[in-house]
Amino acid sequence: MIVGLAFYLFAAVLLAAAAMVVLSRNPVHSVLYLILAFFNAAALFLIAGAELLAMTLVIVYVGAVAVLFLFVVMMLDIDFARLREGFQRYAPIGAVVGGILFLELLLVLGTWQFASEATALRAAPIQQGGLTNTEALGRILYTDYVYLFQLAGMILLVAMIGAIVLTHRQRPGTRRQSVAEQVARSNTISLEKVPVGVGVRALSIRRPPEPELEPRQLAPDPHGQGHGGHH
Amino acid sequence: MNWTLALPELVLAIGTLLILVAGVLPKRETYFPVCMASIGALLLTAVLVLAQGEGSAFGGQYIADGFSRFMKVLALLAAAVGLLLALDFNEKERIGRFEYPVLLLLASLGMLVMISANDLLVLYMGIELLSLPLYVIAAFDRDNGRSAEAGLKYFVLGALASGLMLYGSSLVYGFAGATGFDQIAAAFNHQHGVSAGVVVGVVFVIAGLAFKVSAVPFHMWTPDVYEGAPTPVTAFFSAAPKVAALALLARVLYDPFGDLAPQWQQVIILMSLLSMVLGAFAAIGQQNIKRLMAYSSIGHVGYALMGLAVADTAGLRGLLIYMAIYVAMNLGAFAVLIAMRRQGKAVETVADLAGLGRTDPMRAAWMSIFMFSMAGIPPLAGFFGKLYVFLAAVQGGLWLLAVVGVLASVVSAYYYLRIVKVMYFDEAAGRLDDAPASLGVVMAAAGIFTLAFALWPAPLVAAAQSAAMALLGG
Repeated sequence: MIVGLAFYLFAAVLLAAAAMVVLSRNPVHSVLYLILAFFNAAALFLIAGAELLAMTLVIVYVGAVAVLFLFVVMMLDIDFARLREGFQRYAPIGAVVGGILFLELLLVLGTWQFASEATALRAAPIQQGGLTNTEALGRILYTDYVYLFQLAGMILLVAMIGAIVLTHRQRPGTRRQSVAEQVARSNTISLEKVPVGVGVRALSIRRPPEPELEPRQLAPDPHGQGHGGHH
Repeated sequence: MNWTLALPELVLAIGTLLILVAGVLPKRETYFPVCMASIGALLLTAVLVLAQGEGSAFGGQYIADGFSRFMKVLALLAAAVGLLLALDFNEKERIGRFEYPVLLLLASLGMLVMISANDLLVLYMGIELLSLPLYVIAAFDRDNGRSAEAGLKYFVLGALASGLMLYGSSLVYGFAGATGFDQIAAAFNHQHGVSAGVVVGVVFVIAGLAFKVSAVPFHMWTPDVYEGAPTPVTAFFSAAPKVAALALLARVLYDPFGDLAPQWQQVIILMSLLSMVLGAFAAIGQQNIKRLMAYSSIGHVGYALMGLAVADTAGLRGLLIYMAIYVAMNLGAFAVLIAMRRQGKAVETVADLAGLGRTDPMRAAWMSIFMFSMAGIPPLAGFFGKLYVFLAAVQGGLWLLAVVGVLASVVSAYYYLRIVKVMYFDEAAGRLDDAPASLGVVMAAAGIFTLAFALWPAPLVAAAQSAAMALLGG
């Protein structure tokens, strides 16, 4: 009963959020609705007992993909009004393509033949007893395919090194945090006893001096080395 | 699970990670020590490969045998020499950053994985682990437009090739029901008659691998990438990855698809023919010597594929000997090209070599040896490489291939000998800078190998023979 209610609640929110992704005028709102849709889909996975998929959905799609979308939407100045131009002109073609796809889907679903073991497998997908599906997946990933898993890790490492090599540049005059310098400047901070009930300005408390605009452009920055790119 | 069998790969992977950390942490330039450590890691891995046992590991995904040992040692030596060639050049071109040797190590790891692949999934992973570092090092001189263009071109076309290969693999998986080479071989053994889908799948897999070895008609990227990439990167491209990709091609064709030989043989024969002819004719008009070497390498791959097309032990032995000799003379020739600088600036046209015979007789002599050897003139090593391949082709009844091969090597002799003529008989274009010691060592070592092979061919031939027997089982 509770499960049924929860399912319909999450499913309804998921559908509404998905509709809003397409319908909302502000692209940032679209991305936020997309995140809401991902969360609800994850909840549906949890109800179905697929906890690994649910967590993956949250971590990968909400944590990485949606944030990336948000970055792109905010950084690129896309004029959505212009993208929507000509909607009525192209609508018939879009409808035809959509109709063909819909018919194909109907054909596929109408002639779908289930494998003979499919029903039994769906009832008990894990052969060994007493394993959750996360454990079963882990057994496949880290035992049967550990070689490939490690190779995939090496490939990702290559991608990371490659991105740094090809794009990272050492710019002169960047301001990096220097912990040692911050610790060493203790003598510039003074403690003052302030009488209660008097405004700060009335006391004319000294503000720290404004930093220079071009600090140490010529002096080599001892903390800027050692991160690749020495240009 | 006997994962210790993969000790060379494990040592190389862990060594790469340690070297990466050692390169990042110090606050000063670490290019030279990291290069030295990387060469050490490659040589250590080669020693471990020589001491490696035989068998399979990781549930049959990894295989080690005599064939993999031969190819791995060859690929690792080629990679180590390739790194040695970059040592001086990169610093002079101001691209001497420690990531270069690290990426080269990762590419070498990919080569080892490819050579030991016994599963379609591992095949793909190995190819990607090899290709991704190659895309990056092609664009390593990132402030140079041509280098960036080379990297991007290679990346786009490489991605296309990967897609083709994955599509072929999925078809093969669909028909065989397994990705392991052993299971695929067993599945096709039992079937009577071959369905067209399998043949399409095999051809797509071959196309993806042919892209890596730049065999015609998948060679279009080669001249542009070879010309644009920094010269030591070109030298590396033309040697080690080709060894690994040909090894993988041989294993894929003989192991899982051995019973489909009549089907894939036609494809290999066609690629071999086209590569030899294009390599011979397209290089004639080239003025840029890196472009010339690109077409030359396409031609050499054609000769090597001739050995593959014969589909017996003699042909495979010819292929292995050819690759070993090609790697040696090619790296030697590239050592001469990398040393081509005039007043500190790298030059790369054929005309810049003019008069080298008088200004630097030693270097000109080595270059002549490499060019004569590539043209296949006895008694240099290149002649014997071609001889073993042609003999195998004639014995296997592939007369057409052998005849076209001989004719193509006559045509290609023209442009190899033109370089010799420019060096000795043309008006000097001005003195070239002296070659640094590391390049001199590579020139001398490759030159002595090329000269002395005729006197002492037995060790290499015997090693190639046993490697070929290991793959074909007798």
